[in-house]
Amino acid sequence: MSKRARELHLSFTFCSSNPYFLAALWREDPHVSSTFAAQTPPVVLPSPRKLTTKPRPSDQIYRAVVTAFSFSALIILALIGAFLLIKGFATFKNQGLHFFTTAGWSVQTNSAGKEVAHFGLSAMLLGTVLIALVALFIAVPLSVLTALFLTFYAPERIRNFLISVVDLMAAFPSILYGLWGFFILGPMAEYWAKLINKYLSWIPFLSVPQPSFTRSPFIAGIVLAVMIVPIVTSVSREVFSQTPLDRVQAAYALGASKWGMIKAVVLPFGSSGIVGGAMLGLGRAFGETVAVFSVLNIVFRPNWHILFTQGGNVASMIIGQWGEAGKTEISALLAAGLVLFMLTLLVNFAADFIVNRAVKSGR
Amino acid sequence: MTTVQPIRPWAPSNVDRTITATSVLGSAALTTLIIALTPLKGKLAYFFLFFILWFIVDSALIARRSGRKGIRDGLAAKVTLFGAIIVLMAVLSILWATISRGVKGLHLSLFNHTMKVTSFTDPVANGGMLHSLIGTLYLIVIAIIISVPMGILTAIYLTEIKGRAAGLIRFLVQAMSGVPSVVAGLFIYAAIILNTPLRNSAFLGGLALTILMVPTVTRTAEEVLNLVPHDLREAGLAMGATQWKTVALVVLPAARSGLITATVLGVARIAGETAPLLFTVGVFDAINPNPFKGGSGTIPTYIWSGLLAGTPESVQRAWTAILILLAVVLILFTLARTLGNKKISQGKAK
Repeated sequence: MSKRARELHLSFTFCSSNPYFLAALWREDPHVSSTFAAQTPPVVLPSPRKLTTKPRPSDQIYRAVVTAFSFSALIILALIGAFLLIKGFATFKNQGLHFFTTAGWSVQTNSAGKEVAHFGLSAMLLGTVLIALVALFIAVPLSVLTALFLTFYAPERIRNFLISVVDLMAAFPSILYGLWGFFILGPMAEYWAKLINKYLSWIPFLSVPQPSFTRSPFIAGIVLAVMIVPIVTSVSREVFSQTPLDRVQAAYALGASKWGMIKAVVLPFGSSGIVGGAMLGLGRAFGETVAVFSVLNIVFRPNWHILFTQGGNVASMIIGQWGEAGKTEISALLAAGLVLFMLTLLVNFAADFIVNRAVKSGR
Repeated sequence: MTTVQPIRPWAPSNVDRTITATSVLGSAALTTLIIALTPLKGKLAYFFLFFILWFIVDSALIARRSGRKGIRDGLAAKVTLFGAIIVLMAVLSILWATISRGVKGLHLSLFNHTMKVTSFTDPVANGGMLHSLIGTLYLIVIAIIISVPMGILTAIYLTEIKGRAAGLIRFLVQAMSGVPSVVAGLFIYAAIILNTPLRNSAFLGGLALTILMVPTVTRTAEEVLNLVPHDLREAGLAMGATQWKTVALVVLPAARSGLITATVLGVARIAGETAPLLFTVGVFDAINPNPFKGGSGTIPTYIWSGLLAGTPESVQRAWTAILILLAVVLILFTLARTLGNKKISQGKAK
């Protein structure tokens, strides 16, 4: 066999046995086809003509109507902010900054027959953030592992089945998570909390003032974690699957194992996607109401012992207090709603920005 | 003539299969042994011990052939599997709890009686949730009537007109999908109940759910309209149709099943929403045929009342109702999946 023939033979065996090379050919990867295109002379495209005709009246109406409707998202978001601000303004005015910095929630009528109201959200805001952090701490590693398993390890059939399962999880009603959290997870998680407390109570936030572990932020955090796993998983999976093929091939060609390839190529490429997915999950965790209400003991006192049976959550507090709320208190609850709305909007904007950047850089 | 058999160096050989089987079975046996002999007990211990032992046994078996790199690779494969199994176990636990507990309360009068003369603490066989089913149906119909045109028109703006504001609109729709459901309810309360003579009704509940449904419909519809081949649009325009006729008579019919999928997904999103209904619909124990006046029973608020009442009977009612709600959501979900698959295969065929 001559030297040239040997080379050809070798390269042929390489090509036909390497699935990524075949996949690249089959998908007409631009990197591959550009080597053929380079030989043809450059094509000069004529500049586009200016359209001089106007759309017909029927089209003008159509465009106007559709454009008007498309702004409904903007209008609805603006109206939500505006109405909650108008109706909650009295509270912001009366309570001032204390609304954010103090804890407590009471309306009393004093001896002169005048209403004295004190509303403070600090315990609820602290609780919301704590619970969301617990949820992220559990959900992000689980979701990233699941996404990696789905993208790189699972056989075809198991992958399709698991993807349906994860999508289905996203469609479960939140009250189902509440019921499950209260009756099934609660007792189990209480046991886990006792175990954690037994061995790790030297870490400040894992200690408890009294040995009471029911309906704690920890349990609420686990329920929320299960609720946000589908969203973090699907965002991570989307970003992982857009890892540039040439880099994957390069890693394999240099002799990387599958894990070596993931560590060197997929994780650095997908890291901003994971962060974005986690932020989306955070936004969802901030706004979750019914599920958290079912499993959390809401107390208006700041508590950062996550295993202890006291917690706070803005959204759950609103439905908890709603039943017997008078006029003054309703204003305060609407103000709390506005705070929640702004918080989730902010987190979602950030998440959207990060995810879009991550997805775009893959193309 | 002989054909060349493709070689698949990545496919597991018989040796690989033997190693996998030995390590899985061996570590399972070891786990059982250790749990039987030591004070360790419980499912949790079994689960973690099995994974740790599996890793050790498997590493020992492949160490000579694959070295440290192979061991690390095997560890990564096992850890990702571990994560996926935990997620799967959570789902199975939820499904199993719902089915095993819900089935006990299933009986015919659920579907033809209301709670008008029954209290939540009465025996489970009394009363039913007909009023809740009717109320939820009202809510869904109202939400569909408002949000489907809104969502599809927004999607048309994004895909057909591609106006200057398309990026902004897409961004806002994304932001809207993150609006907490409790805020949607508070908004309807602050904007309508506090300002107009309208009070709690199915209509207001439908409005609150619309806010949650529009983003889902818009995003799915946008994806679907993007799948309609450009040739169809160009053909329509080349035949002399105006743009709106092309959209109305060519693009939308071509995407019909996909648009139904979008609607179904939107309904699945809102069917179980509870928080906004507490502010806008309230709780009601009998059939209310008028969606514009008076409260209305709904499945989520039925579950909510059952959960809050807290007696064994009321909790049983809640589990049964959630089983029915879950069945509805599952059916919608499967429907959307089947229609969605059809849509994609058609898009490819054209």
